[in-house]
Amino acid sequence: MFFVIPLVNMFLSSFTDSDGFTLNQYKTALLNSYILQGFKNSITLSAVSALVALVVSLFAVYAMMRFTDPVKERILVMINLTSNFSGIPLAFAFIVLLGNSGLFTLLFEKWNLDALASFSLYSWSGLLLIYIYFQLPLSLMLLYPIYYGIQQQWKDAAALLGANTVQFWMKIGIPVMLPGIVGTFSVLFANAMGAYASAYALTGSDYNLAAIRIGTLLSGDIFAQPELASAIAVLLGATMISAMVLSEWSIKKARRNL
Amino acid sequence: MKKKGVADLFLLFLMLYLILPIIATALYAFSTEWNSTVLPEGLTFKWLSVLFQDVEFIQAFGRSVLLSGSAVLLAFLLVVPAIFVIVLYFPKYEKWMQTIVVLVYAFPGVILAVGLIRTYTQLGIPMILAVLGVYVISIFPYIYQGTRNSLRNINAKQLLDAAELLGASKRQAFAKVLLPAIYPGLFVGALLSFSILFGEFVLINLVVGSRFETVQIYLMEKLSTSGHIASAVVFVYLVLMGILTLAISVLTKQSKGLVKS
Repeated sequence: MFFVIPLVNMFLSSFTDSDGFTLNQYKTALLNSYILQGFKNSITLSAVSALVALVVSLFAVYAMMRFTDPVKERILVMINLTSNFSGIPLAFAFIVLLGNSGLFTLLFEKWNLDALASFSLYSWSGLLLIYIYFQLPLSLMLLYPIYYGIQQQWKDAAALLGANTVQFWMKIGIPVMLPGIVGTFSVLFANAMGAYASAYALTGSDYNLAAIRIGTLLSGDIFAQPELASAIAVLLGATMISAMVLSEWSIKKARRNL
Repeated sequence: MKKKGVADLFLLFLMLYLILPIIATALYAFSTEWNSTVLPEGLTFKWLSVLFQDVEFIQAFGRSVLLSGSAVLLAFLLVVPAIFVIVLYFPKYEKWMQTIVVLVYAFPGVILAVGLIRTYTQLGIPMILAVLGVYVISIFPYIYQGTRNSLRNINAKQLLDAAELLGASKRQAFAKVLLPAIYPGLFVGALLSFSILFGEFVLINLVVGSRFETVQIYLMEKLSTSGHIASAVVFVYLVLMGILTLAISVLTKQSKGLVKS
């Protein structure tokens, strides 16, 4: 009741204006270059942050596997702690580090590293840094069990048959893990697409992201357009659903192979 | 050997990246002046004490606890029994449960906020209740996973059958046998849900706004006024999250131990 009705209602309202049924909201949303740019920014930011987090996590989990269990557990607890560190508190922490008078900003100035000192947290690259931060714990958590699926016996068998480590990963390890990796990527992508608080805390509604556009149209900084907000929300939801479907499909495929 | 060193170094850098923002914020919360130097000029407890004397903050904190707590409580009263029944007696309906999980993941707060505003302004239900309702649903995946895993770990079905064979009534079997066995798992789900809701900002900000000021909204206001106070808020938030995380990991270990013994 609290979930489905609002969603259905939103879906319907995205097709309405003052005189009833219309596709105008979608026309506006899809022809308005500003909104389109918001989508483009959201998609690139989400995809890049998901990809970076994924690649880093792959190596990190691989490195973690060589530790003893107690050490692994300690690392996992820490990852868990940081996984709750997102949204506004996280944005603030990055302002302390890299804001206009942030710790690192001053440090770079002191060392005359102008190229680094001119880094702006309130830009695309700054947002990317924060997005990667909240993607990392999630991707580590999701990839950890997938690594467990790679069994030592396979490694031994492959080694006996004369494969070296690189060959093992290229021919066996990565193909087996691929569906899981794709699934993880789509979850990360969706996670970033829906993120709102961090970007909002940093740049208010200045930086153009799809989620921020929805917020602006709702709260009406200029004038509220809930129907248009609905249309954008539906489009955003469609993007998420496609990411989910892709991940479901890849997981199914994985089950067939195992 | 050399490769090992590289891998460890890589992991170390990753951990640094994850920990640095936390340390920096904590430092800022205790620093006297920290505007033009790389490290703070002095340490003080002033900001924390100012924060805890601020009635507005205490109230906001109370509201956050109340809102997240009620959502978790409601979820346990309404959702957990349903999960029990479905997992134990109607496994074929588990598909629906999975569908709800996917739905919750697919529709983030921003999208739900739109739907809520469109729906409940017309009905005249207080918005805060609408948000509470969505909160209850949005923690469903965590509670469902926790409950289902606990039930599977202890072979709940056989356990209940055994208890009934030994003469316990259905009610006794539930209360005396099943609940004590899965209690840690349920508790982990509750703590996790609570910590997630505690950090929620989008829905409460867009749907209710400053009419129901939670810690997150309080923090958002302080961002533009006082950095030190904001960092003190974040510090308190992190300490709370730390406590919750530790509690979760200890309980998880315990529940695993329970199964093994």
